[in-house]
Amino acid sequence: MAFFLAQFLTGLANAAALFLVASGLSLIFGVTRIVNFAHGSFYMLGAFIGITLMDILPGHVGFWGAILLTGLAVGAIGALTEIVVLRPIYRAPELFQLVATFGVILVIQDLALMIWGAEDQLGPRAPGLRGVWRVFGEPVPKYDIVLIAITPFILFALWYLITKTRLGVLVRAATQDREMVGALGVNQAWLFTGVFALGSALAGLGGALQLPKGGADLLMDFNIIGEVFVVVVIGGMGSLPGAFIAAVLISVLNVFGVTYLPQSTLVLMYVVMAIVLIVRPYGILGREEVAGEHGQVGAPEQPIRPYGPKGIALVGALLFALALVPLFAEQFVMTLIVDMIVFALFAASLHFILGTGGLVSFGHAAFFGGGAYAAALLVYHTDTPMELAFVFAPLAAGVLALAIGWFCIRLTGVYFAMLTLAFSQLVWSLAFQWRGVTRGDDGLVNIWPAEWLNAPAPFYYFTLILGAGGIIFLRHAIHSPFGYALRAGRDSPRQAEATGIDVKRVQYAAFCLAGAMAGLAGGIFVFSKGSVFPTVLEIGESFDALIVVFLGGVKTLAGGVVGAGFMTVVEDWLTRLEYWRLLLGLVIIAVVILMPEGIVGTLRTLWRRIRNIDEETVK
Amino acid sequence: MTEILRVENLRKSYSGFLAVGGVSFSVAKGELKALIGPNGAGKSTCFNMLMGQLKPTAGKVFLDGEDITGRKPRDIWRKGVGRTFQITGTYQSMTVVENVQMALMSHHRRIFSLGPRAWKIYRDEAMSLLETVAMKNQADRPCSILAYGDLKRLELAIALCHKPRLLLMDEPTAGMAPSARIELMQLTADIVRDQGVSVLFTEHDMDVVFAHSHHIMVLNRGELIADGNAAQVRNDPRVQEVYLGGGTLFKENSHA
Amino acid sequence: MNLIRRTVLGLIAAAATAPAAMAQDTIKVGEINHYKRMAAFAEPYKKGIELALSEINEAGGVLGKPLEFVYRDDQGDPAEAVKIAEELMTREGTVMLTGSILSHVGLALSSFAAEKEYLYLAAEPLADSLVWNSGNPYTFRLRASTWVQAAMLAEEAAKSDAITYATIAPNYAYGQDAVNAFKENLQRLKPDVEFVAEQWPALFNIDAGAEVQAIERAKPDAIYNVTFGSDLAKLVREGGDRGLFDGRSVYGLLTGEPEYLDPLGDEAPEGWFVTGFPWYGFEDGTPGKTFVDAYMDATGETPKIGSLVGYMTAQSVAAGIARAGATDTESLVTAFEDLTVNNTPIGDLTYRAIDNQSTLGAWVGTTAVEDGKGVMVDWEYKDPAPYMPTDEEIMAMRPAE
Repeated sequence: MAFFLAQFLTGLANAAALFLVASGLSLIFGVTRIVNFAHGSFYMLGAFIGITLMDILPGHVGFWGAILLTGLAVGAIGALTEIVVLRPIYRAPELFQLVATFGVILVIQDLALMIWGAEDQLGPRAPGLRGVWRVFGEPVPKYDIVLIAITPFILFALWYLITKTRLGVLVRAATQDREMVGALGVNQAWLFTGVFALGSALAGLGGALQLPKGGADLLMDFNIIGEVFVVVVIGGMGSLPGAFIAAVLISVLNVFGVTYLPQSTLVLMYVVMAIVLIVRPYGILGREEVAGEHGQVGAPEQPIRPYGPKGIALVGALLFALALVPLFAEQFVMTLIVDMIVFALFAASLHFILGTGGLVSFGHAAFFGGGAYAAALLVYHTDTPMELAFVFAPLAAGVLALAIGWFCIRLTGVYFAMLTLAFSQLVWSLAFQWRGVTRGDDGLVNIWPAEWLNAPAPFYYFTLILGAGGIIFLRHAIHSPFGYALRAGRDSPRQAEATGIDVKRVQYAAFCLAGAMAGLAGGIFVFSKGSVFPTVLEIGESFDALIVVFLGGVKTLAGGVVGAGFMTVVEDWLTRLEYWRLLLGLVIIAVVILMPEGIVGTLRTLWRRIRNIDEETVK
Repeated sequence: MTEILRVENLRKSYSGFLAVGGVSFSVAKGELKALIGPNGAGKSTCFNMLMGQLKPTAGKVFLDGEDITGRKPRDIWRKGVGRTFQITGTYQSMTVVENVQMALMSHHRRIFSLGPRAWKIYRDEAMSLLETVAMKNQADRPCSILAYGDLKRLELAIALCHKPRLLLMDEPTAGMAPSARIELMQLTADIVRDQGVSVLFTEHDMDVVFAHSHHIMVLNRGELIADGNAAQVRNDPRVQEVYLGGGTLFKENSHA
Repeated sequence: MNLIRRTVLGLIAAAATAPAAMAQDTIKVGEINHYKRMAAFAEPYKKGIELALSEINEAGGVLGKPLEFVYRDDQGDPAEAVKIAEELMTREGTVMLTGSILSHVGLALSSFAAEKEYLYLAAEPLADSLVWNSGNPYTFRLRASTWVQAAMLAEEAAKSDAITYATIAPNYAYGQDAVNAFKENLQRLKPDVEFVAEQWPALFNIDAGAEVQAIERAKPDAIYNVTFGSDLAKLVREGGDRGLFDGRSVYGLLTGEPEYLDPLGDEAPEGWFVTGFPWYGFEDGTPGKTFVDAYMDATGETPKIGSLVGYMTAQSVAAGIARAGATDTESLVTAFEDLTVNNTPIGDLTYRAIDNQSTLGAWVGTTAVEDGKGVMVDWEYKDPAPYMPTDEEIMAMRPAE
C-alpha cells in the first residue's frame, strides 16, 4: 500500500511541470486558436535561462526568485515572438500559424546551441530540499513533495486569473466566441499578445521548476512537446481544469506503466489519448468545435479549373524537361529529383485531404512509412520480387488508412488531427519495438530495386512515371465528382448532408485514397534508399509534409507539389551551412509572413493583380 | 386533397426545457403552407426535426404515409424532400452552376465517381434550374461573391434539383430587400403551381405570409395555436393575443 | 558579447563553406554526421578529426596531397544520409565515407556502401550488426562494439556475489542489444544469475522517479545501466536521493565517458563499474597523453571520447589511403583489410580482415568524484580480442561475402 502511495506521489510530482506547460499551451490555443508547436522550445528556454539565473542568484531567495524571473523572461520572449512572427499572419488560413511556430522551433534550437553550448547541463538543486522524506517508510524526494504542494496553488492562481479578473473574462469570452471580444471593445491584438506571453511564461516556469529533477539539454523541446499536446487534447483543448486532470492522469498512468509494463514507455500516453478521443471526441472537459470557428479567414477560395491549354503545355514542357534530365545531368541531380518527386507525391496526398477535404492530419507519415515498411518487409522476409512488393506498398497503406480512418473520421478539427497523430505513433512504436519482424530501429536494409531498375536512369524514369502519374491522378480526382463532393463536405457539411451526400463516407474514402497514394510514395522511397527505418513513421515526417502543404498554399491545387519542391531544394542547400537550422527557420518564417496564402497562392494573387484579371468569372 | 406530410405529436425537449411540445399538423399535396410564430417559438427546431437534423424526443413524421421520423437528412432528401436554410449554406469555393451540379451529381449517385470532370456533367440541367430562379446570367460567378438574395435563390435552385415532392424553406426571404422578397415568393408560388411541389415555410415577413400561403400555422412556445387560412388565422383570438403583445403580426418585420 | 561573436563567426564560417571546397588537389573524404541533432557528441568528434588532419597535412598529407574532410549534416535522418552519401560520392569527388553516431544511420550508410560498392568507415556507431549480422565487405568499423563493452562489464559482474540483477536501458535497438549482450555474457560466466527487472525508459524521456521505484521494488543485488545523457543524469539524481544505489553494485555501459560523466559534476555516481575514457589518468610519455595534450592545446577543451574517435578516424583514413597507394574503392577496401594504423593514442590499431572491425578496445574502471568532478579510478585499457565471439561464430553471422 505504501508503495502504491509512493508511486502515486511520484506521478503527482511529475504532473506539476507538465501541467504548467500544458496549461500554457491550452490557454494559447483556447484564445488564439494557434497550435503552437514552439511551446516545447519555450519550456527549453525556461530550463536554460533558469540555470543561468540560478548561477547568478544565490540561496533560497535566489532559487525561487530565479524561477519567477525565468517566467517573466520567457513570457517576454513569447510576447516578442507573437508580435514579430504571429501577429502578421492571423488572417491566414486555419492552422497556417503552426508552420510559423515550426520555424520558431528551428531558430530557438540554434540560438540555444550558440548561447549555452552543446553539453547537457545539470539543474541546480533547490536549496535545503536535497534528499528524501519518508512517507510510510517509502522514500519520497523532498522536492517532489514541494512540487505536489505548489501545484494546487498554481491551479488556484490560474483559476483566479481566469474567473475573477478582467483579463480572465476576456480570455473566456475569446475562448468561447471570438466575435464577442471585438464587441467588448478590446484590442484583440494585444489580448492575443498578452495570452501568448502568459502561456509562454507558464512553459518557462515549467522548464525552470523541473530543474532540480533534471536539467537543460537541447533535445528537451521535442521531448516534451508530444506529451504536452497529449495532455491538452485529453483534457479538452482550451480547458485548464481538463489540462490539470489529464496531466495527473497521464503522469500517474506513466508511473504505473513503468512498473508493471516497462516496455510501454513509448506509446502508453498515445494509447490513452486514442482511447479517450474514441470515447469522448472532444477530450475530458472540452467542447465540440463549431464548424468554421477557427475562422476560415483570408480570401475565400477561388473555384478550381483544370489547366487550360497554356497550363497543360507548361506542365507538359516541364515533364518533357524532366524526362530529358538523364541525358545530360549528373547522377546526383537525378537522385535529388527522385527525392523531390517522392516528397511531392507524399505532400500531394496529404494536400488532397487537407486542402480539398479540410481534414488536417498530423499522422500522414503512418501511410508513407506504412507503405515503405510493407514493401520492405516482404522483400526482407520472403524475398518477394521487387515488382510485387512495390505494388503491395499502396495497397497496405490503403488498408491501414481504412483501419485508422474508421476511428478518426468521426472526429473533427484539431481532435481529428491529434487522433491521427496518436495512431501514427502506434504504428511507429510497432515498427520500433517489434524487433523480431521489423528489426526495430536497426531498420530493414538491402531493399534495392529489381535488376532492370537498379541503375540511376531506369529508376529515375520509374519514379518520374509513377510519381508524376500519382500526382496527376490526385489532381484529376480533385476535378472529378468525388473531389467536388469532398470539397462540398468541407465548404458546408450541412448543405452537403441535406442534399444526399454522406460527408463522413466521402471523407473516409478520401482518407483511404490519400493513404494509398502516400503508400505509393513510400514504396518508391524505400527502393530508392535501399533501407527503411522507423524515422519514416515519426511525427517529424508527418510535419514535414504538413509544412510544405501550408508553405505551398492550402487553397491552391499545386501547393503541395510546389511546397515540396521548394523545401527539398532549400534544405539541400541550407544544410551545407553551419547554422542551417537558424537559417531554415528564418526562411520559413519569412515565407509565412511574406506569403500568407502560401507560395502558390500569393504568387497567383500577385499575378492577378499585375494582369488586372477580373476575379469574378471563371472561364 | 391527400396529404404529403403528416406530423403527429412531435416533441423536443433539451434537458427539461421543452422546445416543441406535441405538435401535430399536415401539409397537403400542392399546398403552400406557412409556419409562423414569434422568436423562440420553436419554428426552426420543428424544421430541423422534419428534415432530420434533430432527433425528436417523441412523435412521428410521415412523408406520403411513410414514417421518416429520426432518419438522416440525406435519407430524407433522397425520399424527395428539399430544404433551404435560414442561413445559406452554399459551397463557397464553387461557382454558382457548380453548386447546382453538385446536388445533381448527388441525385444521380455519382459522388464517388472518379471518371469525368465534375464541371462538365449535368451542366445543361443545372443551367435550366438556374434559369428557373433567374440566376442563369450569374452561373459562372464564384459563389463567394454573390449577393445574399442571390444566394437564397441559388439555394432554391439546389433544393429543386431532385424534383422534390416537398420543399421545406426556413425563412426563405430573411435578409432580402422587400421587393426581392415578393419576387422570390412569387417564384416559389409559380414553382408550386407548375411542378406540383408542396411547400412548408417559416417566415417573419407577414406581407409575404399572407400574400402567398394557402394555409398558415402559428406556433407559440412550442405549441401550435392556430392552423387555417389567412382569414381564420387573422381572426383567431389566441393568435391576436400572442402577436398583439409583440405587435408584429400585421407590421413589416425587419428582423433579418 | 559571446552570442554576437559566435553568431558572426558562425555566419562567416557558413559563408565560407557554402561554395564547395575550392582547393583542387586534395584527397577528399565525405563525413556525414548529425552535427546539430547530436551536437554534444558530434562537436568533439569533429574537433578530433580536425586535429588529426592538421597533423597529417603538416607531415605532407597522403600520397603527396593534403587530406580533406567534407562535413555534411544529415539531421539524424537515414534517408537524408543516403542522399548526401550519393552526392558526396558522385559529385563531390570524395574517395570514401566516414561518420554517423546513431547506429541506424550507420546501418543505412553501410547498406548504401555495399550496394554502390563504396567504402564506408563507421566510426562511432556501436551496433553489433554493423560488422556481424548485417556486415558487408565495404563497411569497416572503428569503435569497440556494444557486445564487447557489455562483455567486459559482465566479466567484472561475474566476479561479484550478486545473483539478482535489474537492467535499465533506453527503449531502442542499442539499449536492447546492450542488455542482451550483458545477459548472455553474464549467464555464460555465471549460470545462476537471475534478472529480476528489466526497465525500458523512452530515450531522453525517462520518468526517473518511476523507474527507480520499479527497480527498488524488485530488490536486485546489482543493477546494469545503459542509459546515458539526460536520462542518466535524472536516473542518478532520483536513484541517489531515494537510496537505490546504496549497497548495490552498479555496472554502467559508457557511463564513464566524459560526454556523460562531465555534466553530472559532483553528483556523478561513485563506485559504479563502467566503460569510459579516463584521459585524465594517462601517464606522460604514453601516446594517449600525447593526444590529450595536443587536443587541449588545439581546442582549449578537455577531450571527450568522441574526440578520440574522430582523431583515430582521420588517422585510419590516412593510413588506409597510404597503404592503398590509390584512391579507387577496390584498392582502398583491400588496403583496409588487415590495415595497421601506427601511432594512434592507443598504440597500433588493426582492422581485422575477418569482420572489418578494428582492434580498438575500451577502458573500464570505477567511478569516483574528485575535485567536484566525476572520474574513473582503478581503470585499465582492455583489448577487445578475448571478448569477441570466435572466428567461426563471426563467419556464421556475417552474410556470405
